[in-house]
Amino acid sequence: MNAPVVFEGIGASPKRKEDLRFLSGRGNYTDDINRPDQTYAVMLRSPHAHAAIRGIDTAAAAAMPGVVAIYTGAEMVVGSLPCGWLIHNKDGSPMNEPGHPPLAQGKVRHVGDIVAVVIAETRPQARDAAEAIAVDYEVLGAATSMAAALAPGAPLLHEGAPGNVCYDWHIGDLAVNQAAFAQAKHVVHFELVNNRLIPNAMEPRAAIGDYDRTTDQHTLYTTSQNPHVIRLLMGAFVLQIPEHKLRVVAPDVGGGFGSKIFHYAEEAIVTWAAARINRPIKWTADRTESFMSDAHGRDHVTKAKLALAADGKFLGLHVSTTANMGAYLSTFATSVPTYLSATLLAGVYTTPTIYAEVKAVFTNTVPVDAYRGAGRPEATFLLERLVDIAAKQTGIDKLELRRRNFIPADAFPYQTPVALQYDSGDYQSTLAQALKTADWDGFEARRKAAAAQGKLRGIGISTYIEACGIAPSAVAGALGARAGLYEVGAIRVHPTGSVSVLTGTHSHGQGHETTLAQLVTDRFGIPLSQVDIVHGDTDRVPFGMGTYGSRSLAVGGSAMVKAMDKIVLKARRIAAHLMEASVDDVEFDRGTFRVAGTDKTKAWGEIALTAYVPHNYPIEEIEPGLDETAFYDPKNFTYPGGCHICEVEIDPDTGAIEVINFTAVDDVGRVINPMIVEGQVQGGIAQGIGQALLETCSYDADGQLLSGSFMDYTMPRADDVGTLSVATHETLCTHNPLGVKGCGEVGAIGSPPAVINAVVDALRDYGVTHVEMPATPAKLWHIINSGRQLAAE
Amino acid sequence: MYDFAYHKPTTVADAVKILSADSDARPISGGQTLLPALKHRLNKPTSVVDLSGIAELRGIKRDGNKVVIGAMTRHADVASSAEVKAAIPALAQLASTIGDNQVRNRGTIGGSVSNNDPAADYPSAVLALNATIVTSKRRIAADDFFQGMFTTALDAGELLVAVEFPIPEKAGYAKMKNPASRYVMAGAFVAKTGGQVRVAINGAAPCVFRQAEMEAALTASWSPAAVAGVVQPADDMNSDIHGSAEYRAHLVTVMAKRAVAAAG
Amino acid sequence: MPQVTLTVNGKSHTVEVEARTLLVELLREKLRLTGTHVGCDTSQCGACVVQMNGDSVKSCTTLALQAEGATVTTIEGLAKADGTLHPMQEAFREYHALQCGFCTPGMVMSAIDLVEKHPQGLSEHEIREGLEGNLCRCTGYHNIVKAIGAAQEVMHGRSATLAPAHAAE
Repeated sequence: MNAPVVFEGIGASPKRKEDLRFLSGRGNYTDDINRPDQTYAVMLRSPHAHAAIRGIDTAAAAAMPGVVAIYTGAEMVVGSLPCGWLIHNKDGSPMNEPGHPPLAQGKVRHVGDIVAVVIAETRPQARDAAEAIAVDYEVLGAATSMAAALAPGAPLLHEGAPGNVCYDWHIGDLAVNQAAFAQAKHVVHFELVNNRLIPNAMEPRAAIGDYDRTTDQHTLYTTSQNPHVIRLLMGAFVLQIPEHKLRVVAPDVGGGFGSKIFHYAEEAIVTWAAARINRPIKWTADRTESFMSDAHGRDHVTKAKLALAADGKFLGLHVSTTANMGAYLSTFATSVPTYLSATLLAGVYTTPTIYAEVKAVFTNTVPVDAYRGAGRPEATFLLERLVDIAAKQTGIDKLELRRRNFIPADAFPYQTPVALQYDSGDYQSTLAQALKTADWDGFEARRKAAAAQGKLRGIGISTYIEACGIAPSAVAGALGARAGLYEVGAIRVHPTGSVSVLTGTHSHGQGHETTLAQLVTDRFGIPLSQVDIVHGDTDRVPFGMGTYGSRSLAVGGSAMVKAMDKIVLKARRIAAHLMEASVDDVEFDRGTFRVAGTDKTKAWGEIALTAYVPHNYPIEEIEPGLDETAFYDPKNFTYPGGCHICEVEIDPDTGAIEVINFTAVDDVGRVINPMIVEGQVQGGIAQGIGQALLETCSYDADGQLLSGSFMDYTMPRADDVGTLSVATHETLCTHNPLGVKGCGEVGAIGSPPAVINAVVDALRDYGVTHVEMPATPAKLWHIINSGRQLAAE
Repeated sequence: MYDFAYHKPTTVADAVKILSADSDARPISGGQTLLPALKHRLNKPTSVVDLSGIAELRGIKRDGNKVVIGAMTRHADVASSAEVKAAIPALAQLASTIGDNQVRNRGTIGGSVSNNDPAADYPSAVLALNATIVTSKRRIAADDFFQGMFTTALDAGELLVAVEFPIPEKAGYAKMKNPASRYVMAGAFVAKTGGQVRVAINGAAPCVFRQAEMEAALTASWSPAAVAGVVQPADDMNSDIHGSAEYRAHLVTVMAKRAVAAAG
Repeated sequence: MPQVTLTVNGKSHTVEVEARTLLVELLREKLRLTGTHVGCDTSQCGACVVQMNGDSVKSCTTLALQAEGATVTTIEGLAKADGTLHPMQEAFREYHALQCGFCTPGMVMSAIDLVEKHPQGLSEHEIREGLEGNLCRCTGYHNIVKAIGAAQEVMHGRSATLAPAHAAE
């Protein structure tokens, strides 16, 4: 008797292929790699937020035990770390784009800026020597906050950026927008800070530079989400190494959340220095370094106003944001507050006119760039708080106000006033499903029960949309993107029928080795064990743009589908030859080729073998082999959306807050692996709860990081999060072959406003309309206490 | 971490000899505070004296109306000790909430009390229970031991050997944790021993301290309501990104109330 | 240079180390057991947790010399020689309790100690509190908590096999 065949294709939840090695300690992360004759690098970092370097004395350090080499900006004169997106000002002029040298050139601009690299036989020796370097700093005034940087007479970070402004950009028709406000019955004003976050993937960044003098071959092992992009940026712009002489390997990577997209100075330093000393160099950040060198996220200050008609219909939205770039432009920093945020301001609503302006500002802080959601959480938080505030101001129920303004399910494709065209969605249904799961109607009873225990209970909702798989290349290019936004998939069918997939995406927790393999299993009808996913190595994978913006399945998966189409077409031609039929008559379904309407069949394995052992083969018409590559450039973004509902309870004595229930109903398009989708959404929600209740990056006025370790930066722990109820409601993406939308970021995008809406609801008797994130116990207690004092007066 | 010489003596006398000879030598017990500090190069000891080889520093014993806990006794051992649970359940409960499981599996009472971190748990119990600190050369009353932030009555080269806790009639502990570090943001240990009430506050100020007004209130009436009305002045409280002095002062009262409730 | 002798995953090693060498550095760099990770330098993340003499400890906050004579088990030493996974490893796989895998070794080692010390069983709340010393940035902990809840039933012999995830399906 045959064992029952377990379905492992689209819609199944097979256990992950990658888990066995991770659970056995056999993962291969960058710091786990050791090269023969390896040395260790330690970066000497600036202790000052802003200072001129008058001199660096490395003599004593160079004489210390084990020291191999010390380099400063004087030796390492190379290209600037590039910015990948050019933004134009309101007047059409290009943004200010000051250089970002890997090793400081005469000036440091944030605590953590790299002044020198010390290379030694052991890591402790390198660190001992780094302490012996004497740097003569002339400390300059620091502009740590955006307000300080924009103030008259503020310290200037870059000669090429007067007033510390990177750009002053806008989108939308201001005259039309103003006209809408003139007609409004209600205008709702709102100001907020979207708190600065530190991504803190659990694996600290690391990089190993290796060089072979005999072949002039450079290899960089790095903790990257997109090795081909690093090869392009570092090779072409920073070090001038042509692609064929530069291999970038991103092995197992321990989480990214955006922070490992960017090309970092340390990657260029170890690659450059390894060639100088002709020995491998390993650098691994300790967590303290991560805090002061990984790109941070968010950090927007926004003023918004919403115009409403008497019936609550949104008439217009006006948004002014200042966005912190930090001290230098990180790889995609400039796109985050603009094309990844302002373009999302329609949300799920039919607001007819939207005007948004963004001023990007340099400050003496770590560069700020994309962090899980990148711009979309900021837009969503603003909108979903604003809707709640509008509901309160107009007296219209917050659910009703949302329903009245939803884009109807039959209105797709829907063109928003901020450039995007949504392809599909069903917001009424996700809302209805979430309300039911969360027992919204039963909340008042729960609130009363909590009040009887002396607790303040609140419920909050957010109905959101986001945009994934940024594309198409031509449109993004017209908007300033300096990269293509396609993806590459190569399907290599081996002679015995097993398959290797070479994908330009990269998995650092997302489970691609399983999900992407399921696509192949589903199409070719071969077991999951017969499919391996290869990624993260520029010498093995033809090309790729990597993994960010929830793009891997929508873009990378679609490239695989295109490549599989080519495989199937060729395989059908081979099968047609073998079965002496016309190719048009040969059907293929999950592993079986059949002459339509007959019982003549050929199995997958036979065709694969024939392709590589072409004895009986139409060699004049078809090349041997079964190996196809496809590049897929999407026609549009995808638009996941959904509804998140959060219920919190606050202890008024201490301000301690607990997330009691969290319900998410997300439309991520077609679900390939439900288990993995649930996990992605749960993880995103935890980060959203983190932003809303726990996490914030604080600097003092001198530019010292106050939240510079896990002692002071509150990471969500197991007892902070609670049970998460996660479900999906599918509408299919209409323009990619899989119908998928993306699930990596929805959790972090939809959740923060749901949490804060719940907090504000819990404090309904204390006269607050907004609580800035994070809503910590101390902050909540102060609100409650001042409310109490008011009541007592 | 800077490198150092490593010693592992087997007697208190030998340990004291090494520590007395070199003012830059540091004892290490569990190392859960010292090692992170060394990793950040905040200290540069010439040598580190590992106390784990000294058998006489380990163990918990009941001695009449006292519980005596050896300096090298780990938090996990105090938390699970049948003697401590029976005699001073609040102390076992306190130990069970210090740091995380891994810290409790390494960290020791001697290390914690000697270090006198304002955000540590044990100093509040030592002070409220009017414990006696037994050192390598003398006995020190709790009231005389804690002298300021990270400062105690211990002389250079003097080792904490054991802590003797009188068994109270009632005792309770409550704390609010710092959300990031999970150290104590404000805590209160309340105890009634031989009819005497003592209230020790930790976490909130630069050093653990006794709250006299609460002691008086509880002496008059042992109930949560008795301390609920006592306002802790905010003047000397710590203030940082996690909580203002005003917030911590408020928490002192709330935690005291909860500690009394827990004590029963 | 000082020497330390210890038993790791059943095998005895005598290694020369600087006094300042941490146990995790000994494991990763001298013994090439790279399954134990370092995710912070303030003893909070728990990626480095191993078992030492039957207790979970942070190997980044333990000197190698403090492990003299100790018996240490790392993630590499959990599965049986024939490849059979420890019930906790199996539960993490079944419940999708890992994503990037970086915190996983420490999380598993910590969870095993937690369950072993609570033969009477742990509630969901107790599991969450018991993980205070371990950070995970990927999973939101939901599935980790479920995995530990399921594994404890097998580890304490209350169930012969692991309860499947999504049993309702």
